[in-house]
Amino acid sequence: MNGQIGRVATVALLLLVSLVAATTYWQTWARPGLAERQDNEIQRVAQFEVKRGPILSPSRVLARNRPAEVRGKTLYFRRYPQGGLTAHVVGYSTVARARTGLERSLNDYLTGSVHGLSTLVDQSLDRLSGRPIVGDTVKTTLDLHGQRAALEALGSRCGAVVALDPRSGRVRVLASSPTYNPNDVERRFARIERITADCTPASPLLNRASQGLYPPGSTFKIVTATAALESKRFTPASSFVDPGYCTVYGKRVNNFDTSRPFGTVSLATALQFSVNSVFCNIGLALGAKRILAQAQEFGFYERPPLETPESERLPSGLYRDGRLYEPKRNSDVDAGRMAFGQERLLVTPLQMAMVAGAIGNAGILMRPYLVDRIVTPNGKTRRRTRPERLRRAVSPVAARDVGEMMVRAVQAGTGTAAQIGGLRIGGKTGTAETGVQGRNVTWFICFAGPEGERPELAVAVVLQNQSLTGGATAAPIARTVMQALLVPTANP
Amino acid sequence: MSTRNRELVNLVLASVVGTAAFASVSIAASGEVSARWAGYAGVVIGLYALAHAATRATVPFADATLLPLAGLLTAIGLTVIYRLDPEDARRQVVWVALGIAVLAGTLGWLRWDYRALERYKYVFGVSAIVLLLLPSVPGLGYRVNGVKLWVKVGGLQFQPGELAKIFLIVFLAAYLRDKRESLAQGRLKDLGPLLAIWGAAMLVLVQTSDLGSALLNFGIFLAMLYAATGRALYVGAGLVLFVGGAAALYNALDRVQQRVTVWLHPWTDERIFCTINGKLEYRQNCDSYQLVKSLYSIANGGYGGTGLGKGTFETVDGTPLIPYLNTDFVYSAIAQELGLVGAAGVLLLFMVFVARGFRISLIAQDGFSKLLAAGLTFGFALQTFIIVGGVLRVVPLTGITLPFVSYGGSSILSNFVMLGLLLLVSSRATVSAGAP
Repeated sequence: MNGQIGRVATVALLLLVSLVAATTYWQTWARPGLAERQDNEIQRVAQFEVKRGPILSPSRVLARNRPAEVRGKTLYFRRYPQGGLTAHVVGYSTVARARTGLERSLNDYLTGSVHGLSTLVDQSLDRLSGRPIVGDTVKTTLDLHGQRAALEALGSRCGAVVALDPRSGRVRVLASSPTYNPNDVERRFARIERITADCTPASPLLNRASQGLYPPGSTFKIVTATAALESKRFTPASSFVDPGYCTVYGKRVNNFDTSRPFGTVSLATALQFSVNSVFCNIGLALGAKRILAQAQEFGFYERPPLETPESERLPSGLYRDGRLYEPKRNSDVDAGRMAFGQERLLVTPLQMAMVAGAIGNAGILMRPYLVDRIVTPNGKTRRRTRPERLRRAVSPVAARDVGEMMVRAVQAGTGTAAQIGGLRIGGKTGTAETGVQGRNVTWFICFAGPEGERPELAVAVVLQNQSLTGGATAAPIARTVMQALLVPTANP
Repeated sequence: MSTRNRELVNLVLASVVGTAAFASVSIAASGEVSARWAGYAGVVIGLYALAHAATRATVPFADATLLPLAGLLTAIGLTVIYRLDPEDARRQVVWVALGIAVLAGTLGWLRWDYRALERYKYVFGVSAIVLLLLPSVPGLGYRVNGVKLWVKVGGLQFQPGELAKIFLIVFLAAYLRDKRESLAQGRLKDLGPLLAIWGAAMLVLVQTSDLGSALLNFGIFLAMLYAATGRALYVGAGLVLFVGGAAALYNALDRVQQRVTVWLHPWTDERIFCTINGKLEYRQNCDSYQLVKSLYSIANGGYGGTGLGKGTFETVDGTPLIPYLNTDFVYSAIAQELGLVGAAGVLLLFMVFVARGFRISLIAQDGFSKLLAAGLTFGFALQTFIIVGGVLRVVPLTGITLPFVSYGGSSILSNFVMLGLLLLVSSRATVSAGAP
């Protein structure tokens, strides 16, 4: 009988071993996934016992802890001293509504759950001595001076501003209007629900800079012009006859101002004055797929790589029925209309800042980043962001030529409102008409830097519900932000 | 060193670990070692001493690790229960004291020859069935959480299933020892009892809608049948019959159906109709609420755990997050506070207990003793597997207790009876093996 008993014993022990395996699974592999789930209250509550790491800008504290005694335990709730100034990037961490922004995506660092060997030792000692676990400090790249300038310039208008350093990808401004006070999320959410702005719904929680999708209008001509030059079939001097409209599938597509056709124009002049018919014809000549391929070089069709949560970053491109859509054949899309930014193209301001930045940076697209450094509680650097080249998006020659056209557009074209003395600025305006008066989406995207040097800044500004053009509405905001970031003053 | 002295050393080790754990909870709760700590340590050490005195007097040659292991598991259970609800812990201490008394009683009563039990096998068999069906007698039994497991007489309530399990094992050990030869030949007419027991299991399942105890009792039966006859075919046929029967009854048993659904799909992406509150809810907020919260609790422990007394079991305003934490879900509390290291350690204690139990079965001389020890040990292992596996989503979750650890009187008492029987078999086996 002993043989049988031995086998029964083996089965019994295997059953128990499987429990060890299952416990290991839930406590290691499945752990991050479960911690992420929105209905995981344990995780939400438990994390308030951790002394969460602060989030900083180079000069100020953006998020800090406010300890409170609750039923004999010290819990650390969050305060956001800058209020709405950096709300969309920093996000919030609350009991009532979980987390957003960097508070969500960097939660593991902020709660000290990213273990190196030394942190593991430190945390074990802390635990034994009853001290709370302390999370890592996150240092962002945000420039509060520029951030404030952007939000003040946006005012009550709905829109967003992105400013980044095209040489490194360092994001200096990421502002969305209307903003909200993250300190209201926990207990005074009704205040956030009451926020109004020049658009309905005001959606203050939406990060328009990376989550807002807008028709790019004429700013997309930068992509079309780049594709045209890269195809080698056109040069800046290629000449076109502008009748004031372009014929697509037998239909006329008009210029913004049909009363004054330009006659014979070069590609450079067409970009300077944003002549739709020229780009329409280029689009028909190149085909939609070629233009979209160039757009992908700039980063379209993928979520821009930023440290914020994936759900707070949307990819740019052609959309159909609310989904990103990649045409199989050229005939699937109206290339003529797409070439000057119509035809269901939807883009984020962050993406357009990357486009302007790549042109300004001699064609090299850098990975944008918001987090400069993550520092452990005892001052060691856990992670430092090094500028990373995403890819060469444009050849140096084409980048130089398109950049030159953009400079002319600011010097004597549609973007003159963005001029700043002593700076070389290349920009492009955009006005996407929705067909309803006073409902235009207006744009200005540009790069800027001191004369004779590499551009130090790329900016994208978008505004909703405008009745004037991008040159009149968005360009002045870009100018204000550039002044705040590039003109030396007493920066805080 | 004599066996009993080794047991004493092991018990001292167990009490060191147990009191350290309780000191840790006490420090976490109040920031200092309170006077209650000394009282608790005193009571636990006292109970260990009493149990040890009983084994010294009655089973001098019994295994030296079983009692210390049971003692350590009990201490761990008490610590966790105290940490969750000091009031429950006080009641549990009383139950443990009664358990030790029952252990001493069992040892004393059967110290000459426990094999006398063999003669009353049918009494045990019939009592087991009666006990199992008792909760479904109108007026006596009542439902907790949709399952009829409890009997209430006056102010006293108990779970007869726990005791029924031991009666069943005694009956099977005696019956199978008697019939193993003819059963091993596999003649058709001998399959009658097999079918009868299968029928009884199905009947109990329908009456109580408790998949857990049906699975446990039927599993014990198959394991003992295999140990007695060595015919894997019986196990296969038994499993097929059980699964087939359960599947046939599946549609009639809402409770079982719901448990299986929850097991397979605890999370839904869309809101579905929730029968609990009559609203549209995600399943994780409805039927599978308990399982999902328990998984979150386990996951929150990670490798090292939050530390005893530092786990999160309630919301910021003090509402409990996990129901039945003391009983069915005691493992998810342990796993959160002690982490993978501690939870695996606790499982290791169970494994050592199981290994020692089967060792007793192997060295025992007669068929009844072998089958009794194997049945008791396998029942202990399977019960642990069913409840911990349920909490870990390895098998559908059914509410049974974790031996020695969970809060609950019926469970503690029957576990100590089981321990007593194992010690009795062990002592006799060592003597007759000639090497005390």
